[in-house]
Amino acid sequence: MMPLTPMHTDSPEPLLRIRGLKTHFFTADGVVKAVDGVDLDVQQSRTTCILGESGCGKSIMARSILRIVDAPGRIVDGSIIYRAADGRTVDLAAMSPTSKAIREIRGSDISMIFQEPMSSLGPIQKIGKQISETILLHRKMSKAEAKEAAIEMLDRVGIPNPAKRYESYPFELSGGMRQRAMIAMALSCQPRMLIADEPTTALDVTTQAQILDLIADLKEEFDMSVMLITHDLGVVAEVAEDVAVMYMGKVVERGDVYSVFENPKHPYTQALLESVPRIGGVRKARLPAIKGMVPHPLARPSGCSFRTRCERYMPGICDKTEPVLTQEGSSEVACFLYSSELANVR
Amino acid sequence: MTQSSTIPLAEDLAEHSPVVLGPWSLVWRKFLRHRLAVISGVIIILIYLIAAFAEFVAPIDIGKTSVRHTFAPPQMIHLFAPGDDGSTVFLPHVKGLKTTIDTEARRRSFEVDESKIIPLGFFVHGFEYKLFGIIESDVHLFGPKNPRDPFYLFGADRLGRDILSRIIVGTRISMSIGLVGVAMSLVIGVLLGGISGYFGGWTDSLIQRFIEFIRSVPTIPLWMGLAAAIPLDWPPLRTYFVVTLIVSMIGWTSLAREVRGKFLSLRNEDFIVAARLDGLSHGEVILKHMVPSFSSHIIASLTLAVPLMILAETSLSFLGIGLQPPIVSWGTLLKEAQNIRSIAQAPWLLIAPGTVIVIAVLTFNFLGDGLRDAADPNAH
Amino acid sequence: MFGFLARRILYMIPTLFLVSIVTFAIIQLPPGDYLDTLAADMGEAGSDNNAAIEALRLQYGLGEPMYVQYGKWMSGILLHGNFGLSFEKNRPVTDLIWDRLGWTFLISLLTLAFIWLTALPIGIYSAVKKYSAGDYIATFFGFIGLAIPNFLLALVMMYVAFRYFGQSVGGLVSPQYLDAPWTWAKFGNLLEHIWMPIFVIGTSGAAALIRIMRANLLDELYRPYVVTARAKGMSEFQLLLRYPVRVALNPFISTIGWILPTLVSGEIIVSVVMNLPTTGPMLLRALLVQDMYLAGSLILIVSVLTVVGTLISDLLLAWIDPRIRYQ
Repeated sequence: MMPLTPMHTDSPEPLLRIRGLKTHFFTADGVVKAVDGVDLDVQQSRTTCILGESGCGKSIMARSILRIVDAPGRIVDGSIIYRAADGRTVDLAAMSPTSKAIREIRGSDISMIFQEPMSSLGPIQKIGKQISETILLHRKMSKAEAKEAAIEMLDRVGIPNPAKRYESYPFELSGGMRQRAMIAMALSCQPRMLIADEPTTALDVTTQAQILDLIADLKEEFDMSVMLITHDLGVVAEVAEDVAVMYMGKVVERGDVYSVFENPKHPYTQALLESVPRIGGVRKARLPAIKGMVPHPLARPSGCSFRTRCERYMPGICDKTEPVLTQEGSSEVACFLYSSELANVR
Repeated sequence: MTQSSTIPLAEDLAEHSPVVLGPWSLVWRKFLRHRLAVISGVIIILIYLIAAFAEFVAPIDIGKTSVRHTFAPPQMIHLFAPGDDGSTVFLPHVKGLKTTIDTEARRRSFEVDESKIIPLGFFVHGFEYKLFGIIESDVHLFGPKNPRDPFYLFGADRLGRDILSRIIVGTRISMSIGLVGVAMSLVIGVLLGGISGYFGGWTDSLIQRFIEFIRSVPTIPLWMGLAAAIPLDWPPLRTYFVVTLIVSMIGWTSLAREVRGKFLSLRNEDFIVAARLDGLSHGEVILKHMVPSFSSHIIASLTLAVPLMILAETSLSFLGIGLQPPIVSWGTLLKEAQNIRSIAQAPWLLIAPGTVIVIAVLTFNFLGDGLRDAADPNAH
Repeated sequence: MFGFLARRILYMIPTLFLVSIVTFAIIQLPPGDYLDTLAADMGEAGSDNNAAIEALRLQYGLGEPMYVQYGKWMSGILLHGNFGLSFEKNRPVTDLIWDRLGWTFLISLLTLAFIWLTALPIGIYSAVKKYSAGDYIATFFGFIGLAIPNFLLALVMMYVAFRYFGQSVGGLVSPQYLDAPWTWAKFGNLLEHIWMPIFVIGTSGAAALIRIMRANLLDELYRPYVVTARAKGMSEFQLLLRYPVRVALNPFISTIGWILPTLVSGEIIVSVVMNLPTTGPMLLRALLVQDMYLAGSLILIVSVLTVVGTLISDLLLAWIDPRIRYQ
């Protein structure tokens, strides 16, 4: 593995440092390598966006952090170093997924919200109960205090009439309100990091913006890190500070949002960015699309996994070995186009 | 049905391209993985073959009584016998039975007669029968080489009739009641369930109330009431059909509910709406789009309904208000074992038909379960 | 909640009406009318009771149109609690049936409790430890339980008890207690006997419910809200009971709607085999000798009580699942 230079000199120790993470699914048809060697840092108090198409492993990567990957998936290799508030570091990847240690981190240090706010809330339990239950799990409080805290949290996420909504059931709320309730639940213990797994995908556009704003506001207020998983470039542009682009279980490019968006280096990132219309951009007849489809997870191409769709595929190089993330200017990229040994070829 | 569309990617680069299977082949593949269900399926086919060729399989005439063998116990099959020169030779046989009459208890007791060897064989000549009412024969799958020898593998009943042969012949009635009953349930269930789910509204409420009514009433007393009204002097065939009809009354409600549920959830699916917007008639939408999408479920539910019917027939006949002797079914056979005294004297009256019923019901349940799992797209 | 209650009770009325119609039809099914039989019997006995028979004929409206007969029969039941006469015993039906009905429902309800207490934990275990040895064992016994008809299991257990424990079986109490007044000793004796019918009747239901609970829970175990609960830091056991089991309980509870009728059915058939002092043997005997008012009344009351039991289960369900209440 290549030594990595820290991205931000002002914060040398990231909150979360993922190295060589591999989460594989052992299915009857074969091993699906959903996450296959992810390197990623999440800095203190910054928003990191994980960008990628459906099925690229970004959700599984996020779930691996909290160790909530369902069987038959499991982490087979790599480390997830989390730096706790007191400065100690723990390797989440080495913990047992049912251990008390990881349970104390879940919901308290690192929280997560999900894509489908309807199905992600317990269907026949009151919203308020689900929030105060989280508080009671991690904080020493009486039930009444927890209820008060929960109502306050509901208020904070912009749910009108929170005391009344405390008694509501999920099916009585709109999608946006449910996602707000989810956020209230996730933030009820003031976590240091929030993982948001496509939190706006199931919502309509105006609600999307509101929820993103809310997350940004709360991030400032609670001074927490946010890992936002999305396939929506617009969302990335709006809220991201750092970006990691994933393709077939790997991070192929990462850096701060300006570097990546202004000067995308990986052909995949370039193609992604080109496929989005830009206001004020040059009018083209047709938006370019990335050719082909993501390969079947059981039929991974050899070498660079993007080569089957790459415009700049170099036979004899890309299909031989896998490129690794290397520093290239202000960002890091995993592509042979930038490998110094291959500079001549380029 | 298999659509062999490969994943579109540059062919020369793809190491291997998994074939996308059609829905039926997927179901079939998942089913084959269910080993217990596959084995059960094979056993069920065997049982129905036995039912079809019952006279050929049964070694002894089911009507043949023998005063000397009332309540004769089951005989053991021995594979080897001492030969003439003292060596052991392969000779499948059963031992004869010695009878002593206990005058005090007024019953016979049996002892194995070690000296008497009754050789067995395949395709032996026995009683004459007409297979399917056409083919005359006296060849039997297996039996004693001399048809006059006593041969009671599963024991004999109070008239000295062979239980094994009676079970084999009873298979025909008991297993066919399951099939015919399920066929009736299918028609009623799919029709009413389909109407209910497809049209909704008051039609739905009406049919649902009716189903609720049937389900909320304890069925046994109702069937008992209905079955008891069958006159004893009716011809066997008519009794058979009425009992089947009564028995099928249980199966259709769950089927109708299932079909309705599927219709309700499918009705708002995009592909159904699209089909309707394309101008297809109700009938076309139902037959071409909806039914194919849940026919595998129906097959699974039907399979699970068969054992219910078999049990229902057995229960009614056991109580003496379903099929009546001389009709031979598993239920009427069990009727012989109705009180503890006869069971204590001849446990095989209970054990033999009981085991067969349990096997039939179990295999159908396993098969149905396997089919249902295979048909469920959400199953892991 | 109140609207829901009112609606459910309203729904019950057509069901009860249908029950009465079907029962009436069953009473009418055997050819001839019973007074003919009765008259024949009395004639044989040599007594001259023409006046009494005429009075009965008037009371039941025999010979009049069906709907008049139905009306007279129903109004007798509803207005006077008069279920008619058992022709075999020549006594009012009401004198004969109530303690038998009581036993039937006592045994059915105890069986229900038995089923729930066994099926719930085993079903949960089976789902959580899917494909474990315990799951396979539970599944295996579940299938066996489903495959053995009630009466067959009853016979087998009676045979085993008789053959290997030398215990005389059948009935709810030993013969010496049959006509004895209730004492603790008799109660203890009852407990010694009553578990067997409960076990026999309950096995198939428990087997079915284990499968239902397992399937329901498996459906819920991988839902996003379980992941949410896990991501909150709840322990597996805690979240299991609080989320998926709570949700899976609903279809489980709603099974009471059909399980009660099947229990009553099972009780009736098992009681015939085990010779219990419940409705079963009485109903069978009444049907066989065509004592139709007795048979009809039994069918009617058993059905009505079952429908009411189902209603109670529905209310219970609405109390547990808010989604139903608010519909």
